[in-house]
Amino acid sequence: MSRTVVSSIVVIGAGPAGLAATRAAADTGADVTLIDAAPKLGGQYHRQDARTGDERFALPAGVQHLRESVVWAIEPIDGGHRAHVRTGPADSPDRTGTSIDAAALVLATGAYDRALPFPGWDLPGVFTAGAAQALAKGQGVAVGSRVLVAGTGPFLLPVASSLVGVGAEVVAILEANAAVRGWLSNPFGALAGAGKAGELAAYAATLVRHRIPYRARRAVIEAHGADRVEAVTTARLDADWSPLPGSEKTMEVDAVAVGFGFTPQLELAVSARCELRDGFVVVDAAQATSVPGVFAAGELTGIGGATLSAAEGAVAGAAAARHVGAEVRPPLQAMRRIRSGRRFAAALGEAYPVRPGWRTWLRDDTLVCRCEEVDYAALRGARNDRDATGSRSLKLVSRAGLGLCQGRVCGANVAELSGIDDPAAFAGRPMAVPLRLCELAGADPEATPEIEPGVKV
Amino acid sequence: MRVRVDGEVCEAEEGQTVAGVLLAAGRNSWRSTRRGGRPRGVFCGIGVCFDCLVVVNGVPDVRACQRRVEPDDEIRTQHGAELPS
Ligand SMILES: Cc1cc2nc3c(=O)[nH]c(=O)nc-3n(C[C@H](O)[C@@H](O)[C@H](O)COP(=O)(O)OP(=O)(O)OC[C@H]3O[C@@H](n4cnc5c(N)ncnc54)[C@H](O)[C@@H]3O)c2cc1C
Ligand code: FES
Repeated sequence: MSRTVVSSIVVIGAGPAGLAATRAAADTGADVTLIDAAPKLGGQYHRQDARTGDERFALPAGVQHLRESVVWAIEPIDGGHRAHVRTGPADSPDRTGTSIDAAALVLATGAYDRALPFPGWDLPGVFTAGAAQALAKGQGVAVGSRVLVAGTGPFLLPVASSLVGVGAEVVAILEANAAVRGWLSNPFGALAGAGKAGELAAYAATLVRHRIPYRARRAVIEAHGADRVEAVTTARLDADWSPLPGSEKTMEVDAVAVGFGFTPQLELAVSARCELRDGFVVVDAAQATSVPGVFAAGELTGIGGATLSAAEGAVAGAAAARHVGAEVRPPLQAMRRIRSGRRFAAALGEAYPVRPGWRTWLRDDTLVCRCEEVDYAALRGARNDRDATGSRSLKLVSRAGLGLCQGRVCGANVAELSGIDDPAAFAGRPMAVPLRLCELAGADPEATPEIEPGVKV
Repeated sequence: MRVRVDGEVCEAEEGQTVAGVLLAAGRNSWRSTRRGGRPRGVFCGIGVCFDCLVVVNGVPDVRACQRRVEPDDEIRTQHGAELPS
């Protein structure tokens, strides 16, 4: 059905974490295969313009890079793990299958935006903040011409800045939490993480230059329009995020970019049976997961930004190399950067949490699951009338989380709305990515994907 | 390169995704939902949400934000759950 390849180390994900892991492992002389769903390297933070032919990153000699390749399952084998891969144009039935046997795996699959529901969030024109960012950076296209950026956390700043860069007017940035004192005026203050200060100062300057208002304690609580967003209602929030009556304002916009932090992309870690805690993969000081031979790095283990992800990647790559018998010097510098990065991440998490008042933004007919079009009333009905309380029974009775995205978008929200105290309750999926039936049946050609040798640095 | 979008010829560049082409052409929805028949387009932008589904060369359920365009691609709106044609 598909070809089997052997590589001593397989790194999944080519963002800051996966790239650093690949380099660290390859530097020891170990043989490394790097797999990523995208055509180019870099992941989210270093997303490249997909329309230019050049590749900004060079890989150490000998590294095999499998581009446009998704890993859809991981299975244990004697002495390691087997990664099942499909290579080719996204969602095409003509992709080719490969399985790669590895003695050590580094999972670096990153995260995606957490989006909170509000009436009208299913209208075209409502995007996640990450979507606005990815389309601006990767495709040079603005999600709208008058865009409101809203949610919580420092990520809203680069998003606004990129939108301006592709010609959009950003009407405002709404931060649902209180502004951290001195955050914008003094990016060197309490929350300045390693290497972040200059970057934040540049975003702050963009806001000033383009006169983009930055409003704290305010959120979008409704989007209006028949078939696309035409306007939004925003409201001032109390400390719990309940809207303050009388504070509502309407703004005309043709797009909204909303982001409330990030959710880790856990499916492969779940597939490999790694232990999770509070919705993240548990790792030790060497980035080893609970499963021998499986290492994890980057946003999968906690949300802390690109610098921390890269440091974790460097440690994970070295540890994976040691696991396969390479001689490795302890990556002391990266370990130090991880410690300071985690302090920054903890401060960030405390300053920009998601507060429970968002649940009051919903109405009965607000969708909670976008795929299966399950509204809030139906979810409550499943829980109250039919006594579905666990995540499995709740899914089956309400259908929330049963659609194509397999609960990635609604999982954390449905868990919170239903009083399930585990943000990853919906993370267990039979397959990491949906495949076409013909692909599962193995009706694909036996062709081998092109494995490109890394470019010498 | 040229592609066709709902029958009309549209200019596209190498490296653009289907979503990139459609958004640049001023469209922000190209699918209707199975139950409510509601319009949808890009939401997450990175292949996670499956909101951006579109029919490419007769194959439905292709994520527009992930699929790179190729010359002469036939791209069309997806209505609810479709079978491959
Ligand atoms: C859409 C988006 C845009 C962002 N933009 C920025 C930004 O501009 N600035 C900023 O400071 N932070 C940004 N972030 C935050 C981001 O999480 C960074 O902190 C950083 O990129 C995290 O690094 P990482 O290596 O952990 O993961 P990522 O950079 O997310 O890399 C993960 C990689 O894994 C690949 N992958 C995942 N699953 C599979 C699979 N099953 N098979 C194959 N490949 C897979 C993905 O294609 C991706 O390239 C963004 C986040 C998102 C979701
Ligand atoms: S927009 Fe989410 S999968 Fe394409």
